[in-house]
Amino acid sequence: MSWIPPLLVAIPLLAAAATAGLDHVTPQPVQDALVIGASAATTALAFVLLWHAEDHEVVHWFGGWQPKHGVALGVDFAVGPLAAGMCVVIGIVVTLSLLYALTFLREAARLFDALMLAALGAMCGFAMSGDLFNLFVWLELMAVAAYALTGFQVERLGPVQGAVNFAITNTLGGYLFVVGIALIYARTGALNLAQIGKALAHGPAGGLVIVAMTLLLCGFLIKGAVVPFHLWAADAYAVAPAPVCAVLGGVMTDIGLIGVARLYWTVFAVPFGQGHGVGDVLLWLGLVTAVLAGTMAFLQRHLKRMLAYSVVCHIGIMLAGIGLLDTSGLAGTELMFLAHALLTASLFFVAGILHVDHGLIDELHLRGRGRGCWAPAVAWFAGTIGLIGTPYVGIYLGHGLIDDGASELGRSWVPALLWLGSALAGAALLRAGARIFLGWGDDEDELLGRAIEEDPLERAVRRPILVGVALVAVVLGVAISVVPGLGQRAEYAAGRFRDTSGYAARILHDRAMPAPGSLPVTIQHTSVDSLLYASGATIFALGLAFAGLYRRRMPRALAPPVRVLHSLHSGVVGDYVTWVVVGTAVTGGVWAILLR
Amino acid sequence: MSYLPYAVAGWIFLVGIAGIATSKNLIHLAVCLTVTQSSSYVLLLSVGYVKHGVAPIFLGTKLGTTAVDPVVQALTLTDVVVSVAVIGLILALALDAHRLSGTVDPDGIADVSG
Amino acid sequence: MMVLGPGLLGLGSLFAWAMAGLPAFGDYHGPYGFVLNRVVVPLRHTTNVVMGTTFDVRGVDTMGEEFILYAAVVGVTLLLRDETRSKQAERRTRRLPNDTARLVGIAMVGGGLLVGLWLMAFGYITPGGGFQGGVLAAGAILLLYVVGSHRDYRPFRDVHALDPLESLGSGGYVIVGLAALASGTAFLTNLFGLGTTGTLLSGGSIAILNWASAIAVTCAMVLLFAEFLETYVVPLEPEDSGS
Repeated sequence: MSWIPPLLVAIPLLAAAATAGLDHVTPQPVQDALVIGASAATTALAFVLLWHAEDHEVVHWFGGWQPKHGVALGVDFAVGPLAAGMCVVIGIVVTLSLLYALTFLREAARLFDALMLAALGAMCGFAMSGDLFNLFVWLELMAVAAYALTGFQVERLGPVQGAVNFAITNTLGGYLFVVGIALIYARTGALNLAQIGKALAHGPAGGLVIVAMTLLLCGFLIKGAVVPFHLWAADAYAVAPAPVCAVLGGVMTDIGLIGVARLYWTVFAVPFGQGHGVGDVLLWLGLVTAVLAGTMAFLQRHLKRMLAYSVVCHIGIMLAGIGLLDTSGLAGTELMFLAHALLTASLFFVAGILHVDHGLIDELHLRGRGRGCWAPAVAWFAGTIGLIGTPYVGIYLGHGLIDDGASELGRSWVPALLWLGSALAGAALLRAGARIFLGWGDDEDELLGRAIEEDPLERAVRRPILVGVALVAVVLGVAISVVPGLGQRAEYAAGRFRDTSGYAARILHDRAMPAPGSLPVTIQHTSVDSLLYASGATIFALGLAFAGLYRRRMPRALAPPVRVLHSLHSGVVGDYVTWVVVGTAVTGGVWAILLR
Repeated sequence: MSYLPYAVAGWIFLVGIAGIATSKNLIHLAVCLTVTQSSSYVLLLSVGYVKHGVAPIFLGTKLGTTAVDPVVQALTLTDVVVSVAVIGLILALALDAHRLSGTVDPDGIADVSG
Repeated sequence: MMVLGPGLLGLGSLFAWAMAGLPAFGDYHGPYGFVLNRVVVPLRHTTNVVMGTTFDVRGVDTMGEEFILYAAVVGVTLLLRDETRSKQAERRTRRLPNDTARLVGIAMVGGGLLVGLWLMAFGYITPGGGFQGGVLAAGAILLLYVVGSHRDYRPFRDVHALDPLESLGSGGYVIVGLAALASGTAFLTNLFGLGTTGTLLSGGSIAILNWASAIAVTCAMVLLFAEFLETYVVPLEPEDSGS
């Protein structure tokens, strides 16, 4: 079955080339069928791949350049269940977004489709690649497509600003990554991840490896919008069309984290795996991201900006799961990725529907306008509950596994902070939903700052398609926690992903992996602690949402910190670049102290 | 002298970033971005250099002659294309910014914040 | 911002620390590149190892790279679609007043195209390759705009011809890869006869991929230039535009 991995890249890319190239000769319905068909076929093949990857890592050496005597020469895709699962969810989210865009984005549809398909191929390639420079190629391809898609609505200034800030910060991240590649290459003379890991097993790691790791991981963290590299995310998401946001927020941003995990467990676990220095920094970055972005989400009134911070908040939780460096934490991150991708996509889809219906996307201006739109309302509230992680809904199981991972390591204070983050972001979404769909609360709130101008969308959409797509996404996302056997399989997949030496033996020496044995097909139960935390987070979110709706005035003590938070997110790209520099320098400095 | 090329690469990178962070003009900023990226060309090519090595093209050169690393050259080629792509997009965005707001100052196009 | 200086200082210190750990300039010890220097010529019959790496050993990187360029062209078209639409009416028609300059320019167009084609054709034997040649050829076509006028240049930027051609270049790369997969080998496996080392008929599919990327790069660069040129028009006096 090793012929499947290259197809997950080849099919979307070929379709991307065909759709723009045949623009002038083929009729619209044929084009639409081609685009949706290619995306759906990619998803279906990813499912087949997931099935096969369960037994052993599916490895494909491009050009037939197999390793000779344990030395890799070519470029490989190496797919375990975790990477295959990522490809499945990437395929689902992109296919849903393309369906949504069928009537949502008619102008320049061919260009839009070509870029979406290019991004799909790039994301799948990124999830599967086992080569350091190849990772960079897919990273840049998805980024270039995403910059243009963000600036799609060229008739307004906001999208231009969002795309500029996105493009410059992420390009800089890419350059940091290339410098990291050059350093690692100079030291090891290898680009294959398993090969690099093998080369680093000998001799002391030293400053070169620490700095190279800093540059490589910070490159991914910029892509992944982790504090303090997150500043571009809100600007970009706020202005991109809803189906683009669904892909950006659902899968493309989060995939940076998979890059972090992949690099750590194939390469840097070899020199630094004895201690917790690498993981602790990632864990703290995750904690700060979760709480800060959760707070920022609560301070927004523009729905897509709010959702952007909600995405960043959950990325923080997932990064913390990786930073624990154990199987439960990584499995939790994986499950959260699945649920979060689908739920976030559905919420962006609902925001797009509101934008079409009312020409507005501002929580306060929309107050009460959503009354009677029961289907979008159901999708919004179900998606929100799923994102908070109410027991056995949405991200709950994943979050529970991260809790388990933290308590196994004796860090029982970690779950409390992580649940606080998701409760804060959830409270913001609940507040917005109650205001818009139920008409509760006031239509003024000094906490939320000024409104952002938004032009109405004049589009002849087929609303049933939009609503249907949003409902499909939310149902799939909510159900993730109660799919029988999924939790156990995630843990098995995470265990495989963490097996540095097993991976290297499979890649470089084509050695078989131990068979998984039979995994149970039952709904996984979580610890009582997680149940209590999740219930507490839900109640806290509900309470905070009510407070947000009905409090008379802002407590005076809160005003200065809120002002500082708003002013840090200045929208000026020079400031963002400064934060990238400072963040990279500080992260590297801390690692230098911890790992030397 | 044996570390000078690396130092040059590091210096170019930092100067480029300083330019990006303080730039008041998107076109200027795009150029600074190119400067930053050219640092990675210098670094890639210099880590693969071998003393007295020839170019890795074996037409008229005997196979087995000491040659410099071909991989870093292939990587640099890809890196150049990435740079072209990104610069093209940023310049297009700068044109859009100018059409919509009459300015190419990043501060001037900061429409939304918070 | 005040933190930029300390931040750059920190990043600079990290760089310095890392570079102190690098082997001294010229002391690189491989092994990856050195192994390729030994094996690519006998295994693939191509004398330019850089191109052998680009189009064979690491051919999939180049496929991604083609699509980066492709996505950039599509993206720029997308971002400038308002700009070009509004300026469709007015076009620069002025020619260079100086005949000598025009003649030299036209000679350079021909020379540039020839050198570009040469770089493409012999890329996998001698220094050069599809990318370098493509950029040069596109530059030569751009020169036509400088020395001539928009009218002279326009036939070269007909999207109805260039878009499919560019798709053919990028898509063709994928198709060569898929053909190998369909024949039961790995994606992008070099299927074709490897020919005699040092001649144009060497390298097997390296030659085909080289031409695919040459076409894709030339079209992409011409399209990129054209998109930007479309937005640039010399403003006409009101009475001129009225006539």
